[in-house]
Amino acid sequence: MPVAYVEKVGKQAVDAVSVFGDFCVFVGRTFLWLFISGLRPKNLRLLLPQMYEVGVRSVPVIAITGAFIGMVLAIESHATFKTLGQEERMGAIINISVVKQIGPVLAAVMLAGRIGGALTAELGTMNVTEQLDALRVMGSDPIRYLVVPRFLACVLLLPILTIYSDLLGVLGGWLVSTRFLGVPSGPYWFYSQYGVDNWQIFEGIIKAAFFGAAIGLISCYKGFNCGSGASGVGRACTESFVASFIAIIIINFFSAQVAKDFYVAIYGLRSIIG
Amino acid sequence: MSLIELKNIHKRFGRLVVLDGVNLSIPAGQSLVVIGASGSGKSVMLKHIVGLLKPDAGEVHFEDQRIDALSERKLAKVRLKFGFLFQMGALFDSMTVADNVGFPLVEHSTKTPTEIVEIARQKLAMVGLPDVGKKMPGELSGGQKKRVALARAIALNPSVILYDEPTTGLDPIRSDVINELILKLQRELHVTSVTVTHDMQSAFKIADRIVMLHEGKLRFDGTPDDVRQATDPVVRRFVRGEADEAELATLNQT
Repeated sequence: MPVAYVEKVGKQAVDAVSVFGDFCVFVGRTFLWLFISGLRPKNLRLLLPQMYEVGVRSVPVIAITGAFIGMVLAIESHATFKTLGQEERMGAIINISVVKQIGPVLAAVMLAGRIGGALTAELGTMNVTEQLDALRVMGSDPIRYLVVPRFLACVLLLPILTIYSDLLGVLGGWLVSTRFLGVPSGPYWFYSQYGVDNWQIFEGIIKAAFFGAAIGLISCYKGFNCGSGASGVGRACTESFVASFIAIIIINFFSAQVAKDFYVAIYGLRSIIG
Repeated sequence: MSLIELKNIHKRFGRLVVLDGVNLSIPAGQSLVVIGASGSGKSVMLKHIVGLLKPDAGEVHFEDQRIDALSERKLAKVRLKFGFLFQMGALFDSMTVADNVGFPLVEHSTKTPTEIVEIARQKLAMVGLPDVGKKMPGELSGGQKKRVALARAIALNPSVILYDEPTTGLDPIRSDVINELILKLQRELHVTSVTVTHDMQSAFKIADRIVMLHEGKLRFDGTPDDVRQATDPVVRRFVRGEADEAELATLNQT
């Protein structure tokens, strides 16, 4: 059945392109509403509840994630550094990893699960119970009313949550290194300070804003386009997390490349354990 | 003169043809009821009137303006003249009842919060629920939800109210309350009503005119008395609630 197979593959390709195009239109309309009315006082009042939902309620999960990342990195890197007799310098590696890569990425993945799932489920339920249609019938654009505040909350708060996660990760790594593995505190901080500069912290925070944008847009899009019934909402939540996770990994790759080129252009090459 | 006009509307979802050349004119002030079997495209037609769905072919006109080709932003202004009662109410479950009813005013009027609370109270009183403003939609019964949704639909004093299955899922007494409410709004607000239903008791009570959708086309158009005396077997069977032999034959398939 080669014709049927070709037809099936062709249909899947057309569907994929169609979904991507639909997503691009959705993103375009979100930015249009953001610039037209996103910062009007009437719309800013919609932002505060979302900031509470996205920010305040994510603090516990981010605190736990950040702290354990730092603690695990300390345990894993200690043996290698001890073999080289360089335990005092392990703070540099732990803290670079925390603020630049593992911290922001794992925080974003955790938040894709927590926030993304909640946003998709909420909007998906509104979709299947015709609440989105009710908004449109009452002359209110659901993208302006629902998506823009959620998108803004994700973009603004993911960097702040990442800073919090970084802080807990740094403290977790320090706690395990100095209190349980016997690394002296003074040199630990000295080499951490030497190895981690503002640019690396900044890089992690900037890419967190892009992770937030991806999580907000994908989660809302999936909620707006979920299938009917409870199974449709459930499937949309799963797809939302998977798509957000893939977006985070891809954004992380490109941001690492861009940031590295930028860093080398400005500071040149520099060793972290000098 | 027609307030709403559907011209040769065609709509399909995938391979399923739902509307196949529907033509319908609705004059101002009329109470039109659209009947038809489940899945016959009644709700789809209703959503075309307010621009929630766009036709694959054909035109939708409102107040002599073609609205099916308008952008969402322009359509939003036209929609303020419509009230829409959704089948399950579609109340915002994160808001109180009063906030639901006041929502269109918050979005589209310059009234103060105090004035909006007062208008919401008046609209809730109009549907016979003056004391539920502080409740959440989840605390209401099915009939109460529909009445609150109706209060929200009339918040901006629309000139047209569209009802999607207003009595579905309600017991006969609650259904009659909704029917009386539709008649009351018709009397007091002088609105044009379009009601989609397969509840014939409701249709006979509220309609000035009844049309029947069957296999994507308008099969019947007349007064309630014309429906009672219809000779078309499809219309007669629907009005009497009798399945035909082909439908009954599916029960005997093993």
